[in-house]
Amino acid sequence: MRTAHPFRLFLVTILVAILAGLSSGARAQTVSEIVPTMADTNLRGLAAAVEALAATGEPQAVAVLEALGAGNLYETADGGIYIRAGSGPIRDAATGETAEGVAPGDLKLIRINNSLRRDIRAAIGNLTLLSDDANVRLRAAREMFGTADPANIELLDEALAEETNPSVRTVMEQARAAAILKTDVSEEEFAAAVAVIAARGDRQALGILNSNLANASEIERVNIEAGIARINQALALQGIGQNVWYGISLGSVLLLAAIGLAITFGVMGVINMAHGEMVMIGAYVTFVVQEIIRTTNPGLFDYSLAIAVPAAFLITGLIGVGIERGIIRWLYGRPLETLLATWGLSLVIQQGVRTIFGATNRDVGNPSYMSGAFEFFGIALTWNRFWIVIFALVVFALLLLVLNKTPLGLQMRAVTQNRRMASAMGIRTPWIDAMTFGLGSGVAGLAGVALSQIDNVSPNLGQGYIIDSFMVVVFGGVGNLWGTLVGAMTLGIANKFLEPYAGAVLAKIVILVLIILFIQRRPRGLFALKGRAVEQ
Amino acid sequence: MITAAILRALDKKAIWVISILLLAAILVPLSNLMLPVGHPLRVPNYLVPLMGKYLSYAMLALALDLIWGYCGILSLGHGAFFALGGYAMGVYLMRQIGTRGVYAHPELPDFMVFLGWPELPWYWLGMDQFWFAAIMVMLVPGILAFVFGWFAFRSRVTGVYLSIITQAMTFALMLAFFRNDMGFGGNNGLTDFRDILGTPIAAPTTRAILFAATAIALALSFLVCSMIVKSKLGKVMVAVRDAESRTRFIGYRVENVKLLAFTVSAVIAGIAGALYVPQVGIINPGEFAPANSIEVVIWAAVGGRGTLIGPIIGAIIVNVGKSYFTAALPDFWLFALGGLFIFVTLFLPKGVVGLFTSVWNAIQARRASSSAQKGVGPAPGPETDFPITTESDAGNAQPKTNPAE
Repeated sequence: MRTAHPFRLFLVTILVAILAGLSSGARAQTVSEIVPTMADTNLRGLAAAVEALAATGEPQAVAVLEALGAGNLYETADGGIYIRAGSGPIRDAATGETAEGVAPGDLKLIRINNSLRRDIRAAIGNLTLLSDDANVRLRAAREMFGTADPANIELLDEALAEETNPSVRTVMEQARAAAILKTDVSEEEFAAAVAVIAARGDRQALGILNSNLANASEIERVNIEAGIARINQALALQGIGQNVWYGISLGSVLLLAAIGLAITFGVMGVINMAHGEMVMIGAYVTFVVQEIIRTTNPGLFDYSLAIAVPAAFLITGLIGVGIERGIIRWLYGRPLETLLATWGLSLVIQQGVRTIFGATNRDVGNPSYMSGAFEFFGIALTWNRFWIVIFALVVFALLLLVLNKTPLGLQMRAVTQNRRMASAMGIRTPWIDAMTFGLGSGVAGLAGVALSQIDNVSPNLGQGYIIDSFMVVVFGGVGNLWGTLVGAMTLGIANKFLEPYAGAVLAKIVILVLIILFIQRRPRGLFALKGRAVEQ
Repeated sequence: MITAAILRALDKKAIWVISILLLAAILVPLSNLMLPVGHPLRVPNYLVPLMGKYLSYAMLALALDLIWGYCGILSLGHGAFFALGGYAMGVYLMRQIGTRGVYAHPELPDFMVFLGWPELPWYWLGMDQFWFAAIMVMLVPGILAFVFGWFAFRSRVTGVYLSIITQAMTFALMLAFFRNDMGFGGNNGLTDFRDILGTPIAAPTTRAILFAATAIALALSFLVCSMIVKSKLGKVMVAVRDAESRTRFIGYRVENVKLLAFTVSAVIAGIAGALYVPQVGIINPGEFAPANSIEVVIWAAVGGRGTLIGPIIGAIIVNVGKSYFTAALPDFWLFALGGLFIFVTLFLPKGVVGLFTSVWNAIQARRASSSAQKGVGPAPGPETDFPITTESDAGNAQPKTNPAE
């Protein structure tokens, strides 16, 4: 991708030489040559080694420098240099490989002082700012933004001249601006630098502006204060955006967990206490699918969720039909007994899963597109949460389609509105009940696949969601999927907006009390079905 | 009038139950304290508080059955009233520790010293007096039930919706009591009790007296419930259970009936909790867990709802089974409990008591004549296709739910 290697090495060497205030050692050595010189030497010798390491341009040089800076670099009496983070494995500093036969007791810490620490930081920055890997450059630029060292300006200018990646470029410009604020520059240049930093609009930028406030001139001060105000405004907006996003994210999880419950409750008037266990089974299906893929065809791992989704739907759906045929149909017209029987069933399923898979959490991996995070107008979004929101909305849309555009949906709606009339019109209500229960359980299985990505997959997974799901259903009202959507999103967002003020637990309590009060006002939920069939 | 009500309440069954309980209240302590260790008839020390625990559970099941079996209100949050009564007693017991805590503070319990609280919160004041604590044991659950029921029953929240919000209530309370800021010991709850009414709580004599008190309290609750059920109010309660709208149209204030039953039931549950805590030695927020409250429902269901003896028998059977199985086959217990839920709702809707009654009736009927029972068939209506075993069909009428639900 980038080919100017020898030239860049040369540049780095020169710059480091200037930074360190030394002019020797321009000959490019390798890491394995330099590392032994770090043993049994003084700070001056270490500084020379740091400088030489910076000149190598090797990735291992960064590791050695980082270890030295963090106090993780050790020497032994026989001149060996080793890296050891905390009580982790001991590695050979020259190669990065685990060193055999070195006793931790023989290790002696290589001590450094503050000025050397600064040199090390700069050297790491140099090694990384001109790296081939855009992520390494980005990280280096971010680090320089944090240190805001005027000494980095030239280096950043150099890097900016070559940089083509726009996002890395932005950060480099910000790092440069942060450094410029500490130097004597013209008013225009200063104002431009403040504007660049203010445009970043995060807490780090705020910190930099605040730190420059103390020794700024009158005009500069006005500039900085305007920048601070701008950042604060952006931060407030971001805070709201962040809360809304977290709320939507929680809401979509609630939606997934509750929507199946809402369907069965709407059509059959049955509260299925084993619903949470269907979610749990869905998560375990994901686990089993991933295990099979791991052992037979690891290359397919990224497709594991695509395989788990239909598998979970089918398995939990079939279990649901089995439950309806085996237990629930004997309890028609006795909703409270159904509640108890399904609760008993949930205990049996939980214990069954615990017996088969063990009581501990099982490890369900994230496929590559589900891991990591991205930024959206300064709001950090994780990919797994993002995909779950999308997934919840897709499931919702599909269910809406099934309910409104298919014969099964038509019959389900008819049974919801008036069971006897529907039966008189020739709809096989027992069959509809079985299908509804299967559909509701299948959707719970889908929720399980999604939750396996963000929650611990354990036999208790379902229990954590069941009460929240009930709340969504009674809040939203039955017989209308939109009620569930609005209910889930409202509860999710309300919860996240209350959390900063009240704390997570108190927020939940407040929400529960509000729902209890809300039920008094509207005993049938937000979107209650009108008509005689639902009246007592 | 009250004597008349008591006399009416004391039918043959009630006399039996109350006499057995009173006899247990006398004989168990006597046998435990008087007989020498190793005597075959002696109740061992460990068994006395265990039996006391079962009886307090039985009281809770009785309280639940009063509203579920007779008034059709399925509360999935009755454990909350039990736990509140327990906490009231726990606070009293904490204040009796005095300077014997780890930090030897004269006023504050250990956890408050640990959390750096300067003084007792206002709701702990006065709780060092037993009479005050005893009033709180009844008042706190009673007031909560009254306020909750006032709102719920007036806005006609019924059926599954009511069950769910009672569950939400106990869940919210559980979360609240888990918080350290609540002032009830947070996660750990209240424990390390020393004295009750000036006597050491772990002494065999105290344990025996606590058992006797529990048995007597259960007998009294049974009497009170029996009085309510046999009175006109009880008849209206059954009417509300079987046809709420019809009862309302006839002119009864359904919400008042429900509210009264709910509050009385909560007070009984609170007393049960207060008797439970000194015998078990700890109260923590886990008692509020929704799962506990649902378990209470199954005690009542196993014994037979809609009877007053049933829940007592059911609570004892299930808990003895639990004590045995959780020790002998720990993995098996949840299967058994879950299976019990399913089995009882499907095959034993009237519980063990219903089964005995119908077997007894069948034997009686067979003795009288074989032709007389031909006319007795299952009642028409939606219940006809329940797979209820034929024996259980001959007893009291099945509690009906409105077919329009």
